[in-house]
Amino acid sequence: MPFMNALVDIVGADRVSNDPAELFIYSRDSGAQPPGRADYVVLPKTAEEISRILVLANRDKVPVTPVGAGLTLSGIVVPERGGIVLDMKRMDRILEVDEINRYVVIEAGVSQGALREYLKKHHPRFQHSTPEAPPTATVTANALIHGHGHISPRYGINSDMIAGMEVVLPTGEITHIGACALGGKWFSRGPMPDLAGLFVGWYGTTGIVTKISLKLFPKPKFRQVIVFQTDDIDLLPEAIAEIMYLDMAEDFFLIMQEKPDWMNHCFLVVILSGHFEAELALKKEAYQRLLSNFKGDDRISFVANLHPALEKRFLDVPPLAALAADFRKGGGFQYTGAILPIDQVPAAWRRGIEIAHKHGMVCSYVHQVLLGNSIMFGFNYSFNRGDEADIERARLALAESNRTTLELGGMIWKGEKSAQQMVLAKMEPHTARFIRRVQECLDPNRIMNPGKWEVP
Amino acid sequence: MEHEEILHRCFRCGFCKLPSDYGSLNCPAYLKYRFESFSPGGRMWLIRAWLNGQVRTDPRLQEIFFSCATCGNCVEHCIFDKFRESILEAFIAAKAEMVHQGTVPPPVRDYLTRLLAHGNPYKMPQKKRGQWAKELGVPSYTTDAEYLFYVGDVGSFDGRGMEMARSVARLLLKLGVSFGILGENEGSDGNDARALGEIELFEHLAKRNIETFRQAGVEKIVTLSPHGYNAIKNDYPRWGGNFTVRHYTQLVDEILTPDGFPGQAGSGSVRKATFHDPCYLGRHNKDYDTPRRVLDRLPGIERVEMPRNQGDSLCCGGGGGNFFTDLVCSGPDTSAAARVTEAAETGAQLLVTACPICTVMLEDAVKSKNLEQRLQVRELSDLVLECMGG
Repeated sequence: MPFMNALVDIVGADRVSNDPAELFIYSRDSGAQPPGRADYVVLPKTAEEISRILVLANRDKVPVTPVGAGLTLSGIVVPERGGIVLDMKRMDRILEVDEINRYVVIEAGVSQGALREYLKKHHPRFQHSTPEAPPTATVTANALIHGHGHISPRYGINSDMIAGMEVVLPTGEITHIGACALGGKWFSRGPMPDLAGLFVGWYGTTGIVTKISLKLFPKPKFRQVIVFQTDDIDLLPEAIAEIMYLDMAEDFFLIMQEKPDWMNHCFLVVILSGHFEAELALKKEAYQRLLSNFKGDDRISFVANLHPALEKRFLDVPPLAALAADFRKGGGFQYTGAILPIDQVPAAWRRGIEIAHKHGMVCSYVHQVLLGNSIMFGFNYSFNRGDEADIERARLALAESNRTTLELGGMIWKGEKSAQQMVLAKMEPHTARFIRRVQECLDPNRIMNPGKWEVP
Repeated sequence: MEHEEILHRCFRCGFCKLPSDYGSLNCPAYLKYRFESFSPGGRMWLIRAWLNGQVRTDPRLQEIFFSCATCGNCVEHCIFDKFRESILEAFIAAKAEMVHQGTVPPPVRDYLTRLLAHGNPYKMPQKKRGQWAKELGVPSYTTDAEYLFYVGDVGSFDGRGMEMARSVARLLLKLGVSFGILGENEGSDGNDARALGEIELFEHLAKRNIETFRQAGVEKIVTLSPHGYNAIKNDYPRWGGNFTVRHYTQLVDEILTPDGFPGQAGSGSVRKATFHDPCYLGRHNKDYDTPRRVLDRLPGIERVEMPRNQGDSLCCGGGGGNFFTDLVCSGPDTSAAARVTEAAETGAQLLVTACPICTVMLEDAVKSKNLEQRLQVRELSDLVLECMGG
């Protein structure tokens, strides 16, 4: 049976396409990376369908790339070597919310917006960690790429919140990870060998996650944004450390834009929440006390009259961060998500400005502090999709930012293929070979998203 | 192509396919097909690729372009204020390019051919245009009348549409509105021809109507359909067709008084009703309040809202010519099916709308979802008449 017919046999004619229009759309994303190539696009609805597709793909050695909303911007789910793209968004059911044990079980295609609205409507006392991405981003894919959300400074990054998984292995077996593997509730992924780590951060090269359980967190009734301002970049590591030590922030960003002038400072944006107004007021007072006369002078000041746009930007969940894509009137945006130790912030700050200027860009920063151990430092580049030279400038700036990240002892979050290669080249060789052995063990025909995390 | 300059500015973030709470899918074409190619962002990128020669015209690309129901949800929810107003116009411009090339899907070709050849998509003779009004006592329009009642294709020839035309006419008569109809002199408003990219045919139809209206001495127009209302209000002025135009709900809202319901107030059980905003009255012309005001005046009716209402309303799928071409109206995942389910979940017994296309689409969906025992689709004029005692 021809391959296309075999796919139709599994999912039906309405959920598979090899038309050039679909292949065009699914062979690229919104970032600056060059397009790839897809041969088939399939919209599976069940793990069983995916299992059959993977058995078929192994039979004919056809690559398979799973994709959520495709919003990583770095091409990590753009197929490089043809084959099947599995658009997971038809698997969009919210299966269970357990308020007592505080978790939600969803299918892999559920969007951030859908889960957020569902919780708001049916379980208003709880929330999940919502990333800075558009609401179309899928919850599962975000957790699987080590995403982080609006409560990550308080509770950890989103992959830490995974409480269970259903995974279809590259060879087609449907497996479960965590307590759900014992037939119980999906409340915890341990204490057992932590198999979740075989699928988090692997960009689909080790299997396809079809269901996920995520921890839920209290949703305080009151939220407020407070902002401090400084021009002393060298003060930032200690200020960040102290803000995190106080342990009252729900979310915490550092931002700066060279234009307009009023934004050309370092703003420390702290989002507070409280179950009671008095709790919120106490937290606000605590942070104002902490940062007034910080280190014996007034190099950090409280922003009393916060610009409404700034307040809205950080109170809205999810925020309209995608607006950065039109800064150069061209629908393009990509960033190096540098996961840095906090003490490297001043060096990265200065280097990022240099890189932006070198490539003719205005520097614009949004960095999110992650717990007290690291920061997601965004080297952000908007570009004009209609101008090849501008796209190339963005690619060069990204490459330089990636190098800088590694030089500063950081890691590159959801980096594009060339960034992955940089990481692997710097990686201690036994570790890199370990990655390859895991991939070879799970995926003997190497059909899963080939080209990504590809150890030479 | 017109509006070509905005295509590359789409980031494909996807706000365009959602309502403002982000909790569901609100684009009829994407809801049905679920390939990203059918989302507004996918369509933006594909139009650009098509113009650049990266993809070629084929039946699938035609389906992608012409399945847009022109509901305007993308315009409403795109976050890029500097170009979002042009998104839908870019989609129509792309369809126009395909029309120019003569490469349109067969159902679109058939619709446009019938419209060109017969002046309506039903292949009905022009002389039968006024037959819906037979035995109703509706006068022909003369300058003695204040309003021309413009009915349009669906109200003139579709079985259910004709019932609505009669209902609106009866209501206007009952309210003492001075009006007349053009009957066989009325032409298609062309709104859906424009939405399908047949701009020249639309211009031809519009100019012919404008000339007819002028010759008849028309100054004020009341329309049955929001589609006709949209074309006459927003497009006809381009060719000098400046008329005072109202959708019938707006006229009813002006005239209807609480004492119009003799013996009705408080006399019966209360029925819950939810209003479905027609896209060409709501998102395209920003009139969300008028039909609700009318509904709120009806005795024995309690209005409840669907989660998706007003600017967030989910289109019935019949706009953009799809009522005739059927590109997004069939199959298990239609927006009409989702809409009637949403209406039923409010606990409403009545799903009220004010558009002949929406009414037909939603009635069909109620049947296909087996909701007849729970939900009845009512056209607003018909409900008003019932409350007035028939």
